[in-house]
Order: sequence, then C-alpha cells, then structure tokens
Amino acid sequence: MSKYLVDKFLFTIDRDPELVERYREDPAGTVEWWEREQAGRILNCPDAEATTWLAFTESERAALAGHDHVALFELGAHPFLTLTLWIAMFERDHEEPLAMQLDYAARLAHKSLPYPDIST
Amino acid sequence: MAKLVAILATTHHPFYYRTSRLPAEQAPPFAAEWVRKVAAYRETLTRVRPDVLVMVGSDHFHQLWLDNMPQFLVGKAPFYDANYYNEEREFGLPRLLLMGHEELSAYILREGIDRGFDLAFSNELRVDHSITCPILTVRPDNDLPVVPIYTNIFAPPLPRPERFVALGRTLRELIDSWPSHLRVAAIGTGHLSLELGGPRQFGPHGPDPEFDARAVEWIAKGDIDGCLANVTLESLHEPGNATHGFMDFMLMMGLAGYAEADYADSLDLFHTMEAYFTWYPNGADA
Repeated sequence: MSKYLVDKFLFTIDRDPELVERYREDPAGTVEWWEREQAGRILNCPDAEATTWLAFTESERAALAGHDHVALFELGAHPFLTLTLWIAMFERDHEEPLAMQLDYAARLAHKSLPYPDIST
Repeated sequence: MAKLVAILATTHHPFYYRTSRLPAEQAPPFAAEWVRKVAAYRETLTRVRPDVLVMVGSDHFHQLWLDNMPQFLVGKAPFYDANYYNEEREFGLPRLLLMGHEELSAYILREGIDRGFDLAFSNELRVDHSITCPILTVRPDNDLPVVPIYTNIFAPPLPRPERFVALGRTLRELIDSWPSHLRVAAIGTGHLSLELGGPRQFGPHGPDPEFDARAVEWIAKGDIDGCLANVTLESLHEPGNATHGFMDFMLMMGLAGYAEADYADSLDLFHTMEAYFTWYPNGADA
C-alpha cells in the first residue's frame, strides 16, 4: 500500500496544467512516465537528492491508469485530491453545471460509512 | 494593549466570488439572498474599524504537503501572495497580494510557543481560498495587514478538537496581551457538514442538515462544552468526509470564549450550509 505515492501523483498532476492535459489524454502513459521519472522527486529538494524506494502497487497503478476514481476511493486516496483533478479533467465533458460532480458521486453511491482510511 | 474588536467565524465558500459577480439574468436563484447576507455580515467587521486581521484557515494541499506537514503554522512575512492556479481554474478566484504584519506574527509565534504550542512558521507563504474567501467577502478592499494561521484539518493524523479550542483560547490571550495600540479582528473560516469526493457530495443541502443545525446552535450560544461533548475526530466522519473543517469553527469558539455570538446568520445552499457569526468581545461600539 503506497497511499502517499498515489496522493503525490494526484497532487503533482493537478498543480501543472500541462500534466492535467497529458493525464487526461494518456493516463496509462502518464502514470508509467511519472512513476519512472517523477515519483522519487522530493518536492523541496534538488533532483539529485531523490527518494529511491517509492513505487505503486499493481492495484494503485491500475486505478490511476484506468482513471478509476471509485477504485482510488477504495484504496484510500485523498478524496479532495481525486475530486479536484477529476473536475479539471472531466467537467468540460458535461453540459449541465455540477453534472460531472453528481455523476462522480453516483458512481460511489454504493459506498457507506466508514469510508476507507485516508491516513498516509 | 491591543484591543480585540471583533471575532468572525464563517464558512469559506469558494463559489461565492464568481456567483456574486454574475449578471442578474445569469445568476442562480439563490445568488441575490447570498449577496445580501454577505453584505450584512461584512458590516459586522467594517463597523469596528480594525487595523489588523488575524486569519485562521487551512491550506488545501497547495503549499503544505505530506512530506512536511505542520499541524499549526503561523505566517511571518511582510506580504502573502494568494490563490493558486487550480483555484482560478475551478472557482474563478483572482490572484491577490495581502499585506502581512510581521510584528504581530512574531509575537504570536514567540508567546504561543512559550505557552505550549510548538507553532511552525513560514516566511514565504502563499495563502489559498481559506484565507482569501473572507477577504473577498468581508474586506474586499484588501487594505489591512494580516497574520495567517493555518491548521491541519485535512491530512490525518489531525490534532483533536480540544486542541483547536485550546489554541483559540491561547490566541485570545495573546491578542489581548499584545503590547500595541492597534485594533485587532480575528477571522476564522471552516465548514459545517461537508462531503468532497464521496457519494454524498453536491447534494441539495449539506450532507447532514441535522449536524448543521446543532453546530449553528453550539456556535451561536458559545456552547463550547456541549460541542466538545459531541464532537470527536472519529464522529466528524459521520456528517461528511470533509467535516473536520468544523474544527476551525471550534478554534474560533475557543477564541470567543463562553459567549453568545452577537451576530448569527446562515444560508442553506446546495452542497453545504453557509454560516456567519460575529462576537464583539469589548462591545459593539468599542
């Protein structure tokens, strides 16, 4: 379980407009590139001082590569990070205000309390 | 000594700015009442003529990240740039530059640490909508220096509700004892029941109207003990998965003490309830 790394992926994609578009268009390729090139970057350190041991689990990689927000919820990804990035990527595909957010919620409708632990 | 002229505790709704600026024919039906309520609330701050604002909010994974996460952080800088790309993108919020008040920041840090809060600090803090929403609603001229105080309501493990109340009490002591002639207002923003990224999000009301009604009563009556008896880190999951932001209201209750709010208002909106409270600890005409 590497919830922290899943959150780090969502966080670093969401804050970069180019990466938002890249992840929308090519999720599997973006996840593969990011895990290989970016996962170990410590955000406040020079690139040479990278972390050496971070990796996704198979289920985390598949959830991110599949744009599967339900699986990410089940894995304990931080729901604010997932929602914010999903709005950036997919709100444009819906005509009515909040339609994307309501569809996002409906796909999670089978989830009940307690929700998965989001502690990292 | 400094005079604490007002304490404001309110929700921060990032959609207000854009909604309030829509032409009438494009505005949703609730917009006019929302704008009226915010204007009335703004007056509760304007009338006390503050010189400096102590502002409590929470970073939404903008500058503060899981590799180095403070529980309570005080900004100490002469200026604070504000709002982020994803807040422009999602909410249409403008970029802002807030003035800081380093002397009061330094006082809160030194005295707060000495009173048992190991406060983190930042000399280069870019604040987000938890700080800028109340600027846009109750001080839109953005003409006063601020001391931003961030709390962690977002990334577990979180401090417990009692700790938020205790920090509020300590901030009250510090402001009351600050050797200054200035008039201070404290403004804190949080949430009532709220769900983000879960099945209960963006419903016709907040996810738990019953919790919201109880919360409004606790705050309006200054019922700190009743609130603490009913609210725990664990219980806050039930009203909605982002309801831990209510602890910023509890911090402001600690700051206000066991006092009924002098002004209390709310507005039931889709997704979440808006709420507006003001206390005048030295009287409305102080």
